[in-house]
Amino acid sequence: MTAPALANAALDETAVAHPSQEPARVARDSRPLRLITCGSVDDGKSTLIGRLLWDTKAVKEDQAASLQRDSNGKQNDLGLPDFALLLDGLQAEREQGITIDVAYRYFSTDKRSFIVADTPGHEQYTRNMATGASTADLAVLLVDARAGLLEQTRRHATIATLMGIKQFVLAVNKIDLTDYDRARFEQISHEFRELALSLGVRQVTAIPVSALKGENVVYDGRASMPWYDGPTLIEVLELATTRSAQTVGFRLPVQRVSRPGESFRGYQGTVAGGSVKPGDSVVVLPSGMVANVTKIVTFDLVRNAAVAGDAITLVLDRQVDVSRGDVIATIDSQPMTGLAFDAQLVALQPEGIQPGKRYWLKSGSRRQRVQVQPVSQLELKSGKWNHADELPMNAIGKVHLAFDEQAIFDTYEQNRTTGAFILIDPDTNNTVAGGMITAKRAALGGIHADESRVILSLPADLADQLMATELFASRREDAEVRRVTAAKAVEIIDTIDE
Amino acid sequence: MPHLYPETELHNPQSAKPPLDPHLKALENEAIHIFREVAAEFERPVMLYSIGKDSSVLLHLARKAFYPGRVPFPLLHVDTGWKFREMIAFRDEMVEKYDLDLVVHTNPRGAAENISPFSHGSALYTDIMKTEALRQALDAGQYDAAFGGARRDEEASRAKERIYSFRTPDHRWDPRNQRPELWNIYNGMIRKGESVRAFPLSNWTEVDIWRYIQAEEIPIVPLYFAKKRPIVERDGMMILAEDPRLELLPGEVKREEVIRFRTLGCFPLTGAIRSGATTLDDIISELETATVSERQGRAIDRDQAGSMEKKKREGYF
Ligand SMILES: Nc1nc2c(ncn2[C@@H]2O[C@H](COP(=O)(O)OP(=O)(O)OP(=O)(O)O)[C@@H](O)[C@H]2O)c(=O)[nH]1
Ligand SMILES: [Mg+2]
Repeated sequence: MTAPALANAALDETAVAHPSQEPARVARDSRPLRLITCGSVDDGKSTLIGRLLWDTKAVKEDQAASLQRDSNGKQNDLGLPDFALLLDGLQAEREQGITIDVAYRYFSTDKRSFIVADTPGHEQYTRNMATGASTADLAVLLVDARAGLLEQTRRHATIATLMGIKQFVLAVNKIDLTDYDRARFEQISHEFRELALSLGVRQVTAIPVSALKGENVVYDGRASMPWYDGPTLIEVLELATTRSAQTVGFRLPVQRVSRPGESFRGYQGTVAGGSVKPGDSVVVLPSGMVANVTKIVTFDLVRNAAVAGDAITLVLDRQVDVSRGDVIATIDSQPMTGLAFDAQLVALQPEGIQPGKRYWLKSGSRRQRVQVQPVSQLELKSGKWNHADELPMNAIGKVHLAFDEQAIFDTYEQNRTTGAFILIDPDTNNTVAGGMITAKRAALGGIHADESRVILSLPADLADQLMATELFASRREDAEVRRVTAAKAVEIIDTIDE
Repeated sequence: MPHLYPETELHNPQSAKPPLDPHLKALENEAIHIFREVAAEFERPVMLYSIGKDSSVLLHLARKAFYPGRVPFPLLHVDTGWKFREMIAFRDEMVEKYDLDLVVHTNPRGAAENISPFSHGSALYTDIMKTEALRQALDAGQYDAAFGGARRDEEASRAKERIYSFRTPDHRWDPRNQRPELWNIYNGMIRKGESVRAFPLSNWTEVDIWRYIQAEEIPIVPLYFAKKRPIVERDGMMILAEDPRLELLPGEVKREEVIRFRTLGCFPLTGAIRSGATTLDDIISELETATVSERQGRAIDRDQAGSMEKKKREGYF
């Protein structure tokens, strides 16, 4: 498709006229692609999604009419409607002209359907960005071409990567305000590719965009940017892949036990990995009891197999003790169970994450008490992990988790469901962090209790030098460091018998 | 040797029905997951049943989620007394057919003060007969979780709402301070008196609803299908003229037209559309080429800008 001519600054009527063609018929031979827009304040995220909805004809006439009405008075220099109003649906958002909470919208082209989450750029609302990122397959990261990469851009890129997003589109937006400056576009793309590389992201498509004028969004911007011959945003989105459920073996976190009568006992839940069929041997965790699957019951039929994503009811061949929060898993490749795990998390509330505090942790259908010990915090500018004892709001940190009872996890790398968790503050009942399991830890007193350890007492300056070495940094997770007075150190060492 | 399920029972009695496409299957799975999670985490869940197409889908999904068990919570219908006659008949038929527990509540102020959408205006009427009535019913039942069929594609403030939408003891929604909701891990922790509204259909669009109704052969109120019906035109809306309480105003005439409804609510506030769609296929293709949104026919959303958000803050679904 070719954009309506927009070469002149003067606005071509057709660019704003509501598209009158029939909306696209939706293709539904695949799951919808879930994407987010993210980036710093005012970079144009909501405008971009508004434009995307407008140009894919997802905006109906009555909605278009109220948009024109609402835009009145606050029209931009170009006389175009304020497309962000299609997304910023809360009154507080409209009054302040910012996005506060994530908006979910649905649109489609004749190639596929999309669920898009438009997230807020304000640092204060990072939690709402994380909410959107947790389920996304792809992130469209916006940058204002005039401002370049900002700290908030880095924060969002980092959170998106932590949450497992591997496909990025860098939308260098407001390119119209730089006179379609190619060098500027290339400089920002280059800078971002370096950041992406340091985050381990290889799939980046950079596109110069004017969200407001609709250039390189659905229609190409050749008239203004003859130097750009790459894809438009929608072309990239149509070709992106949805995250397939990683298969590390069958997992069924049990949500409910169904006992409609004496003769039936079924375990209800959503398959969180792998697949299952009648006859399979399974293990119930944490108890470790073994049983065989006799049938997979759903409303329509007794099925001969279920795969990741299916909501099912499982019947086993013998009486085993199974309750909500347990995980039924394949025997060959079981999830990790233990009392101590390492994780990365994003702190989402003003109280941050306090050391030693006991939180509720919920993962799948399992909720249990956990003590959280922050270890380090990511410094966004340098990408370095610095030692941290607590994590303030919006911090990205590494933590140790210590449980009273057995916990059951996969790493987030391996399974985006059984490796993810939230922390709930028991004082407020609010969700205070979203976390991803990185490894199981050898707990003191756990199975590695006999492993040999060395307790050193060093002058602070020497300890600092040691800790600054690369070797120490690479094994930081394995070391426990406490700062005490020399007198206290003598006292402690003296209590050790040998 | 594990005991295998006998071959013959592997056959689906309804196997003539083709399997759901991956898009609908994913939406169905998500909804069932939410149903089970709420039923397991809350002490007294209830399902808001408004008898419309979304409620029909919601009910169908609830039955699927708990099969082979019964739906483990009651249905709540807030009856304003001004629903379409066919809706009430349909409701009672469903309750009978699927062995459901139904609670019906009408705000006693309605009868006592003779509140009607005609004499009190749609805003005040909605406030008393829907929002206030709902709060009364939820308090009376001491429900700590209420399922609703709202979809995010319906309206801009809905698009912002969580799947577990937290409510204060006086049923208020604070859109500026919603709990983060990551992955499919829902935080159901509340204090006494607080509650959660749960929306299993959050990610469904109107077309998804219709395609699912078709694929799953879900019964719906016949008013969704085009037929010649008596109507009267008022405030630019075509209102169904079958209820004796509808008094014609000067200049208004009752006439017959082939119409249907895209949404169902209280008959005086719900506009019909001119349509010849008599089958689900017709409805879906009409929808895929529709140029106006479904809420266009609803008087309640047009009262003022941001009116849905305001109502929701006050406890409306
Ligand atoms: N000239 C020009 N202006 C734009 C463009 N994109 C967005 N804007 C303007 O930039 C301002 C901010 O746009 P929004 O879409 O609200 O920005 P946002 O990133 O969603 O902001 P937050 O969600 O609050 O972080 C608005 O006034 C837009 O009209 C563009 O491509 N060109
Ligand atoms: Mg925005």
